[in-house]
Amino acid sequence: MDAHAHSVDDIKKSVKTYMMVFGALMVLTIITVGVSYVHLPVVAAVTVALIVATIKGSLVAMFFMHLLHERKVIYWVLMLTVVFFIFMMFVPLLTNSNKIPGTTPGTMW
Amino acid sequence: MEIPYTVDVRPDTGLSNGKFGVWLFLASEVMLFAALFSSYILLRVGSVEWPHGYEELSVPMAFFNTVVLITSSVTMVMAWASLKMNDFGKFRLYLGLTILLSFVFLIVKYFEYSHHLHAGEGPWHNTYYAIYFTITGLHGLHIIGGIVVNAYLWGPGAKMWQTAKERFTNRIEIAGLYWHFVDLVWIFLFPVLYLL
Repeated sequence: MDAHAHSVDDIKKSVKTYMMVFGALMVLTIITVGVSYVHLPVVAAVTVALIVATIKGSLVAMFFMHLLHERKVIYWVLMLTVVFFIFMMFVPLLTNSNKIPGTTPGTMW
Repeated sequence: MEIPYTVDVRPDTGLSNGKFGVWLFLASEVMLFAALFSSYILLRVGSVEWPHGYEELSVPMAFFNTVVLITSSVTMVMAWASLKMNDFGKFRLYLGLTILLSFVFLIVKYFEYSHHLHAGEGPWHNTYYAIYFTITGLHGLHIIGGIVVNAYLWGPGAKMWQTAKERFTNRIEIAGLYWHFVDLVWIFLFPVLYLL
């Protein structure tokens, strides 16, 4: 909840939220492990694992790190970071169309 | 000389300097781990064969560690909430639990590492183990860093509560931001390295 909240009542409400988020994180962790035992095709497994991890990460950031009610300047800093992060994640994938001698790119999935 | 904006917010950012500073630090940390995740993708896409994490590593141990780290995030935020509710005793309890859980995480990691090293599966074994040890090793160093800071704030650093309550509460919030980030990184590491 709001990091800027000061009243004891506000904090008590926040504590209830923290417990609900804790429960949600535990359930999502069990789902992540459960899905891995199904042995989905790699593309589906990667998609499901990353979606669940993103939901869990968002819960931690929004509630435990109080990002839900944060100042604009932090949102700007994080947006810039996300842009660079996505860029870095996609750059290596370009190599998939760039044949490496002795390997068969694109077949690992 | 008094350090400015430790409690009061700066008019231009709307934040205390410490909080803004730690968010900038975390942004740089995101890029540090992004470089390693990017390397992982590059190595995996470029390889002929890549083992399934669940066939190489212990999923139950990593699952247990995930539960431990998520629980430590809850105890960390509860330590901050306790100070906000003026309950120093509970703060000590929750931060103490956070430190204890951090050690549990490292002990489990020690058993994982030693099992692989005894089996000859060190970072030199193959590319998969090289990136596994590099990323989890860096994450482990972050856990150790968090323990050092949290132990200081639990012990000698807690004296500040007697003289500057709000400033100390801000310190715990900032330490918490770092700790939640370490948890957040593990939330992505767990499926990427162990389950896929």
